[in-house]
Amino acid sequence: MPLKGAAGWALSAPATLAVIGFLLVPIGIVIAGTFMDPRGIFAPYISYFNSGFRTTVLFRTLQIAALTTIISLVFGFMTAYVVSRAPARLRSLLIIAAVFPLLTGVVVRAFAWLIILGRNGILNNTLIALGLTNEPLEMLYTQGAVIVGMVYLFVPLMVLSLVGVLENIPRDVLQASSSLGASPVATFWQVLLPLAVPGLIVGAVLVFTGSFTAYATPQLLGGERQTVLATLLHQRAMVSFDWVGASTIAAIMTVITISVVLVMTNLARRINPMAT
Amino acid sequence: MTDRPHPILIIVAALVYVFLMVPLVIVVGAALSDTTYLTFPPQGLSLRWFTNIFEISAFRRTIVTSLQIAFLGTFLALVIGIPAAYALNRYRVELPRWLGTLFVLPILVPEIVFGFALLKSLTVGAGVPIFVALLIGHTLLVLPYVVRVISASLASFDFSIEEAAISLGSAPLKTFFTIVLPNVRAGMIAAFILAFITSLNDVSVSLFLTGPGISTLPIQILAHVEQFFDPTVASVSVLLMFLTVAVMAVVERTLGLTFLAK
Repeated sequence: MPLKGAAGWALSAPATLAVIGFLLVPIGIVIAGTFMDPRGIFAPYISYFNSGFRTTVLFRTLQIAALTTIISLVFGFMTAYVVSRAPARLRSLLIIAAVFPLLTGVVVRAFAWLIILGRNGILNNTLIALGLTNEPLEMLYTQGAVIVGMVYLFVPLMVLSLVGVLENIPRDVLQASSSLGASPVATFWQVLLPLAVPGLIVGAVLVFTGSFTAYATPQLLGGERQTVLATLLHQRAMVSFDWVGASTIAAIMTVITISVVLVMTNLARRINPMAT
Repeated sequence: MTDRPHPILIIVAALVYVFLMVPLVIVVGAALSDTTYLTFPPQGLSLRWFTNIFEISAFRRTIVTSLQIAFLGTFLALVIGIPAAYALNRYRVELPRWLGTLFVLPILVPEIVFGFALLKSLTVGAGVPIFVALLIGHTLLVLPYVVRVISASLASFDFSIEEAAISLGSAPLKTFFTIVLPNVRAGMIAAFILAFITSLNDVSVSLFLTGPGISTLPIQILAHVEQFFDPTVASVSVLLMFLTVAVMAVVERTLGLTFLAK
């Protein structure tokens, strides 16, 4: 019935128009603007990739996001496995303990690591007190500091999304595996892990896109020495007023993020058509 | 039980939880220190850095702005998001599938790109006041959470109840408010809380939408950290954590916290 459809359209119209008018159109204008450069249609991109500094920033950002994703996957999966097998009361307590940091702001969580990793920070003071080092180590403003801060940001997210996935794997399947003679290790690698792959991919996409576009953590823990795409975008726009340069970075970030999401969710769907 | 995890896995999980909790404990400790520099363990306990928050006018102003934006943005997102979520469920067959995807876009697109695009098109391009642009940005930022959570609670709603009410002579709008909305109250509370916390903690969208006299609390914290390294920021952080705990306590009372993990 056409009338029913019309009612649906009318009710969703305010939200639809808001997303189109304030999100799609503004981002579309930013991206379209990069192709209208008087120097030529791809000129901003050519000058981006001709700059050694800017390509370094792009690859550094990809590297940080990839390492953060891998570390979060490994530790998140192991933790989620333990949480999903814990007794009910302990399990809800552990879930709350993972939700809490997630609801604490990114600035607060990056700031915590600033206190820990600083020149006169807790870690350096402890190392000196233990006699392990005489000079304070330079831990802040390194790639390691940024990755630690990012893993801290995203491990809870990974744990929470994987606990749901692992709980949905029927226990009968695992019991069948062990009653047919598979060792716990074999059950883990050959039964549990393959069944969890679609969930692992979804979690990995969340973490990768999140760390690829994060601003506060690399800004506070990496500084100028560890410039990433997000901090470079901000610096180009607000310090140098280089709108074309900033728009080019915005376009590159958007294209990479959307491609990763589309390719990986498609992959997850193909591996297991039952997965959401 | 046969599926008890390997001891090594339990140790790793325990260490991950230590890793998650220790930094937050350190922030609380640093906030209580009596020294003028950031240190842990705290040397001498004092609450003076908490009173210092309110002596710095920039913090006072940005706390107010952040709360205003979070309340108004969440409210607006509920106003446009609830009918949209209702339509997506009620007219599932008639509406195209991409419409549901459209409402997820604000969390799919990099937040920082979204903030920059709003700056370019609204504040610079159209001369929209910064506060309004900030409000629009936050409304869209939290819209996906609202639509998703309300949709989830509408998924279990039996729309034949609504049809029964209408066929018995109740006006459609009245039916919506007296039959549909009360059934998704839990979802509305959860959506409000998730949206409110997301807005309150946002950095990337607000980053570009600040100007003379207008900024949000997380942006002010960032600016303060880069200039001073005193415990004020630690106390503001603790204040924000307390706000989160208070909100979580409300959720726990009304819905149970595992609701948020879904």
